[in-house]
Amino acid sequence: MAEFAYPPVDFQTDPSRYVHWDLEIDGDIAHLTMHIKEDRPMWDGRYELKLNSYDLGVDIELNDVVQRLRFEHPEVRVVLLGGAYDKIFCAGANIRMLGGSPHAFKVNFCKYTNETRCSIEDATAHSGQTWVAALNGTASGGGYELALACEEIWLIDDGNAAVSLPEVPLLGVLPGTGGLTRITDKRKIRRDMADVFCTKAEGFRARDAKKYGFIDGSFPRSKWTDGIAAHARTVADANAAAWPQRQGAGVALTPIVSTPVDGGWDYRSVQVRIGGDYGDRVATLTMLAPEAGDTPSRDGDTWALRAFRELEDALLHLRVNHLDVGLIQIMTRGSAEALKVHEDAVLDGASSDWFWREVQLHQARTLRRLDNMSKSLFAIIDEGNCFVGTLFELALACDRSYMFLDDDGENTVELTRASDGSFPMATGGNRLDLRFPGDAEAAAAVRDEGGPIDAEAAEDLGLVTMSADDIDWEDEVRIAIEERASLSPDALTGMEQNLRFGGAETCETKIYGRLSAWQNWIFQRPNAVGERGALTMFGDPERPIFDFRRT
Amino acid sequence: MASIDYDSLIPNNVDLTHNRRLKRALEKWQPAYIEWWKSVGPQVFPTNEIYLRTAVSTEKGGWANFGYVRMPEYRWGIFLADPETDRVIPAGDDAGKPVWQDIPGEYRNVLKRLIVVQADTEPASVEQQRWLASTAPSLYDARNLFQVNVEEGRHLWAMVYLLHAHFGRDGRDEADELLARRAGDEDKPRILDAFNQPCTDWLTFHCFTCFTDRDGKYQLGALAESAFDPLSRTCRFMLTEEAHHLFVGESGMERIIRRSAQLEREAPNGDVRALGGIDLPTIQKWVNYWYSYSLDLFGSEVSTNAADYFASGLKGRWREAKDYEDHSCLGKSKTIAYVEGGALVDRDIPLRNAMNELLREDYASDCARVVRRWNKALKDEGSSVEITLPHPRFFRRQGIYTDAHFNTSGELITEAEWEAKMDDWLPTDDDRAYVDSLMKPVLGQGKFANYIAPPRRGIHGNPVDFEYVRTDG
Repeated sequence: MAEFAYPPVDFQTDPSRYVHWDLEIDGDIAHLTMHIKEDRPMWDGRYELKLNSYDLGVDIELNDVVQRLRFEHPEVRVVLLGGAYDKIFCAGANIRMLGGSPHAFKVNFCKYTNETRCSIEDATAHSGQTWVAALNGTASGGGYELALACEEIWLIDDGNAAVSLPEVPLLGVLPGTGGLTRITDKRKIRRDMADVFCTKAEGFRARDAKKYGFIDGSFPRSKWTDGIAAHARTVADANAAAWPQRQGAGVALTPIVSTPVDGGWDYRSVQVRIGGDYGDRVATLTMLAPEAGDTPSRDGDTWALRAFRELEDALLHLRVNHLDVGLIQIMTRGSAEALKVHEDAVLDGASSDWFWREVQLHQARTLRRLDNMSKSLFAIIDEGNCFVGTLFELALACDRSYMFLDDDGENTVELTRASDGSFPMATGGNRLDLRFPGDAEAAAAVRDEGGPIDAEAAEDLGLVTMSADDIDWEDEVRIAIEERASLSPDALTGMEQNLRFGGAETCETKIYGRLSAWQNWIFQRPNAVGERGALTMFGDPERPIFDFRRT
Repeated sequence: MASIDYDSLIPNNVDLTHNRRLKRALEKWQPAYIEWWKSVGPQVFPTNEIYLRTAVSTEKGGWANFGYVRMPEYRWGIFLADPETDRVIPAGDDAGKPVWQDIPGEYRNVLKRLIVVQADTEPASVEQQRWLASTAPSLYDARNLFQVNVEEGRHLWAMVYLLHAHFGRDGRDEADELLARRAGDEDKPRILDAFNQPCTDWLTFHCFTCFTDRDGKYQLGALAESAFDPLSRTCRFMLTEEAHHLFVGESGMERIIRRSAQLEREAPNGDVRALGGIDLPTIQKWVNYWYSYSLDLFGSEVSTNAADYFASGLKGRWREAKDYEDHSCLGKSKTIAYVEGGALVDRDIPLRNAMNELLREDYASDCARVVRRWNKALKDEGSSVEITLPHPRFFRRQGIYTDAHFNTSGELITEAEWEAKMDDWLPTDDDRAYVDSLMKPVLGQGKFANYIAPPRRGIHGNPVDFEYVRTDG
């Protein structure tokens, strides 16, 4: 069967266009109801979104909800996540959609949904918006994983509703949206009970789920609405006391506008080009610093927010809609001074003004999306670059960096306090320190430097992979890119993911790492996707046949 | 022939005496069951002597011993139909291989769920009907109600036996839960919606017993074709009892219909309601409602679960072993009409995925046979009216027709057309109020409420005016 060539995915939406979510804001409590329309899948006619199951279209809306609640509704202190249908909260990712998707799409789907769930946890941890899952019916698979991303899970106790992770027994794959990691690392559930849970397709109902920690509590049907409301009130009041700085009106997120141009597309501060000298497997992403005279403004149009939202959109398009691109050259342009003015607005403002704090958090999340690209990332630091401060994080995120060595030392980079922990990676550490594992002095030497750093110094300090002068520059860069583009894309993805995330693990790194490794391995194996694999056969009249040899 | 252990607390042919663990589990469950029966079982004549049938063995006639019993003292037993020698798996990928006496581990959870869902309906209907005898149209009918109730109770026992004997601790927990859920309870409802509405009038009771219990007959029939032999044997024995429930519903409806035709003839202008009867158009509405509700219980027309159950041999088709040659059903399809873009469009789906629909069709033709008998009665009474079954797409709340509207002939109609005609097709509040107004107890020996004809004959060769319920104690 030929692989389904799916149409390009659009990642932008807004509340007026939501199909699958009902959002009602009642003072400081947001009621978010998953209300999936089974006849409105992202790919019309290919599958039906039965039992409140979701696809990427549903998650793009959810991601938008998470973002907008943080920026547009600072008054919200609790997000109560419920379902619109009686008896079923959510059956998880739509299996027919997954079964009919090309491998790369499955991986990107899982990665995106994971990022959305991590952003829910980020909102709970850093924005004083506590997500509480109010499961009014069974939450299975991805439905329970969505609940796991919430700070608390409450399950209706009606003798039927259950939480479950039936992926292993029913589909022969893993709960790929952080389910396994969150039950052990976040909810700290005993591994033997986790083992029982993950192999029992029907899962646990309220009594056992509570006993072993899969949920935080339950109410019988007659006390459900009042019980959840009273609990939400308690959490909202606690958050109001803990987050006094979240006051005042929200800030509207402005539409992201992109314009197609020859060989790519442009946003106001981000340009993407594909092809050119190196063919279709190489893209160039150029980020533009604020224009001179553009001053920071406390609104959705301010550079620090808009440009990073544009970057985020560009990265998502490159991931999902440009599978052939294996390497991204990352470049920057613009004025260091203007950049620093905007950076200061964010980092100074963040301590007292929730808006600037949100901008900073959003920049951090976008940089983490960059860390998670399964494409090679090369920073090209040439004349006119603006790898300064916040934008130097882009270079630090890259697998390699090449810096042009000019005669008069005018091609420089510059570090600021932005590299001191403002934009943590998924590991919790910051990119500069993690660049020099086991060598705190090297990082300290870089910090001591201060001011612009020319190419020679940058190479000496270990900030760039290589510098090259005008005689070597073009050839060095060309050869590095051509060589990279010739290697196995699978091996590169695995290698890069290993090397990018050195040091300690967190729940978040485990989720992505194990998704890349185990789930993607299983997704490729005949026992899942072979002719008689469990995922292939799901919904078919015949049963799967396994090759029982262990690896 | 297995020997029957009459002496033990629980009559059975499963050698309970020698299975101490099982005996202890059931003996512990038994007091909880009696407690359940007293608190939510029949609340009218709860300890009076009732002329009931008790199964004491599986031999011919052994399942039909008649005598007076106070219901809480009824001897609910455990009976499996006798084993068939060399029985093979009737359906699915392993058809033809020996049946299982123990459950393969891989199917334990799903089989447990199938049993629990089926079992849950048994106590549920007892709960739904617990006040119904307060308006019994006769002692004969009250006795039939109680017979149905005690047999639903025995069916619960049969299922609980399987849970205790084959499903370990999980099974015991589920058995306890079966006594904890309550029909219509907001916090602990019964699993299926149709079993959560109270049954408060006798037209509903007879419709329910005729149509909804008939779903049970077909579900039991499908489970009787299971590769898991103890389940098959349990269900085969239950089917013999189920036949009585269906008789109660089918003949009860016939008596109401017959009476309606008689009153139509007697009333000067054919106004049955003026003479205190239930007019045929009202009866038709009840039929429309309960038939379509019962069709829902078969599940979605196209179902991956149904395909899995068939493939793994957990369920077969109705009379799978006897009526079919090909037991794999692979490479075959069934045409199902889908609603697409405001029209019905035929699509072929793999036959295994259509197992629910096949069973529903068998059920529907059985219902059609019943209705033909009612129409024969109407003709005998000189009525020109006929009762009809609505099309299976009419008024469905499960499956692929849920979101569209259909008339009783199964044609797509608009929401406006539905709204305009709904009251002609389904019981209205006024209809229900009228039927409720007729619900007055008639407890004299041989006396019957005006809306229902007496039966042709009594129970077990006794006269119609036999004292089926000893109302004085």
